[in-house]
Amino acid sequence: MTKRTLYTGLVLLALAMLSDAMWMGAAHAAEAGAEGGHDFISQFSIFVLAVFVGYYVVWSVTPALHTPLMSVTNAISSVIVVGALLAVAVEAADAVGSSGHVIAKVLGLIALVLASVNIFGGFLVTQRMLAMYRRKDR
Amino acid sequence: MSGEFVPLLYLVSGVLFILALRGLSSPETSRQGNYMGMAGMAIAVVTTLAVARPETGLSWAMIVGGIAVGGGIGAVIARRIPMTAMPELVAAFHSLVGMAAVLVAAAAFYAPEAFGIGAPGVIRVASLVEMSLGAAIGAITFTGSVIAFAKLSGRMSGAPIMLPARHIINIALAIGLVTCVVLFCQEQTPVYFWAIVALSLLLGVLIIIPIGGATMPVVISMLNSYSGWAAAGIGFTLGNTALIVTGALVGSSGAILSYIMCKGMNRSFISVILGGFGGETAGPAAGGEQKPVKLGSAEDAAFLMKNASRVIIVPGYGMAVAQAQHALREMAEGLKEAGVEVKYAIHPVAGRMPGHMNVLLAEANVPYDEVFELEDINSEFPQTDVVYIIGANDVVNPAAEDDPSSPIYGMPVLQVWKAGTVLFNKRSLATGYAGIDNPVFYRDNTMMVLGDAKKMTEEIAKSL
Repeated sequence: MTKRTLYTGLVLLALAMLSDAMWMGAAHAAEAGAEGGHDFISQFSIFVLAVFVGYYVVWSVTPALHTPLMSVTNAISSVIVVGALLAVAVEAADAVGSSGHVIAKVLGLIALVLASVNIFGGFLVTQRMLAMYRRKDR
Repeated sequence: MSGEFVPLLYLVSGVLFILALRGLSSPETSRQGNYMGMAGMAIAVVTTLAVARPETGLSWAMIVGGIAVGGGIGAVIARRIPMTAMPELVAAFHSLVGMAAVLVAAAAFYAPEAFGIGAPGVIRVASLVEMSLGAAIGAITFTGSVIAFAKLSGRMSGAPIMLPARHIINIALAIGLVTCVVLFCQEQTPVYFWAIVALSLLLGVLIIIPIGGATMPVVISMLNSYSGWAAAGIGFTLGNTALIVTGALVGSSGAILSYIMCKGMNRSFISVILGGFGGETAGPAAGGEQKPVKLGSAEDAAFLMKNASRVIIVPGYGMAVAQAQHALREMAEGLKEAGVEVKYAIHPVAGRMPGHMNVLLAEANVPYDEVFELEDINSEFPQTDVVYIIGANDVVNPAAEDDPSSPIYGMPVLQVWKAGTVLFNKRSLATGYAGIDNPVFYRDNTMMVLGDAKKMTEEIAKSL
């Protein structure tokens, strides 16, 4: 029962993301959107659907693996590193050239280091834990 | 790279993250799932670098250096950390996600063009709201996790710290926070941004300090959830699908774990957040008259278990503190050689984080198909000859079932008292975290084996 719901959710999410991808593609073509912003509604739909997918996926996680679940969710939430990368890539000498860019770059670098600790630490410690779970062999 | 492919690549990365969690439904698929998670992360990073390609050598050096330094530290920690220290490690990692969210939000505020959300001073209001939410939740996650880390690692007392009028202070802080967000959206000045961060940092401390050590499984799961919502907030600012999906996944994952933990303690989420549980003054039953208990030695325990046909082991936080998991496995091996059937019973809130006991037993090479959850094993106690309780107390307290005046009344417990004999290993006859007496101590079929969990278990193993 939950499996079916999960797949339905996954399909819906994929559809929503695809439509968003197309929309964004169209927006890119149409000169990156008039305001230079992002379409909130389509993003919010993705968010809501992802919450549901998360709900079903996490309920299907066996309680024995709840600690690895926490460490791996920790690692993947460090995908926030993409924001850090954008900030570090800001060139201080860019058009406006305000001191804001230097600040952004420095903050981005710190965020990059913190997120990297988390990505490597999170995935590797999860791997180490999962390697310990074994069946009765005899 | 063409613009149309970028959202698709982030989508792939988001789906890989979903599959990484999906893999955790069984230990066999979990390792593969972890690799999918890594692949998703790699795709997200490479895509971002390809889109916002840094132009100068300095930027490249900072990126490569930042990843190398951070990654190196992370890898070393992951390799060296003892399994018993997992709860504090997870708390520490949560704090890093929280801080990273604050910093990225700040960077987006100082260089909005790079994030495609406008120019300095004329940032879109929607983006400002998303940014302040990401920063506020991130800051709460940061200080909250730091306090949780300090409590879990023993750098700070696990006892709840109750400020007078703390609810009023919290409400005032929350109102101040909302005011600052509104002002920030109107004025767009750095002062309000940092005011939001400062208030949230303070709020994070105040939310966690009144929560006692034993309620930590809930706190850790809750902070896990917060770190997800913070990531999602930043994801909206960046318009990044991978980040939004991940934030939602992690947020709901943490929320579900909090729910499971609260149910395991029969406490409402609200009452845990309001705090004050754990380390409270001892209940009325504790102290007072000394009821007689039966004390036993390691030899007695070994004799009883060797002559049993079915033994269930109930581990608790005390086993983690004493690092007794390896000794325990050796004892179980000895029993199995003597032809005894051995199983392990895990209560959902045993230990300091969800699944804590399972990881420790796995570390000691206990096969996971010998380890059972409460619902699956509770019916087996009446057919069990001997139960060996090591470092657990409140999770085997019958008062939760038959004493409506008990503070833990209604909490699901392992019905160990239904077994033939109960061997209760504890350091002393003191009460558990809930500060209540355990009637199991005084039952006719209970034998207390007092002493350090590790030493006692080793002695029993030797006498088998």
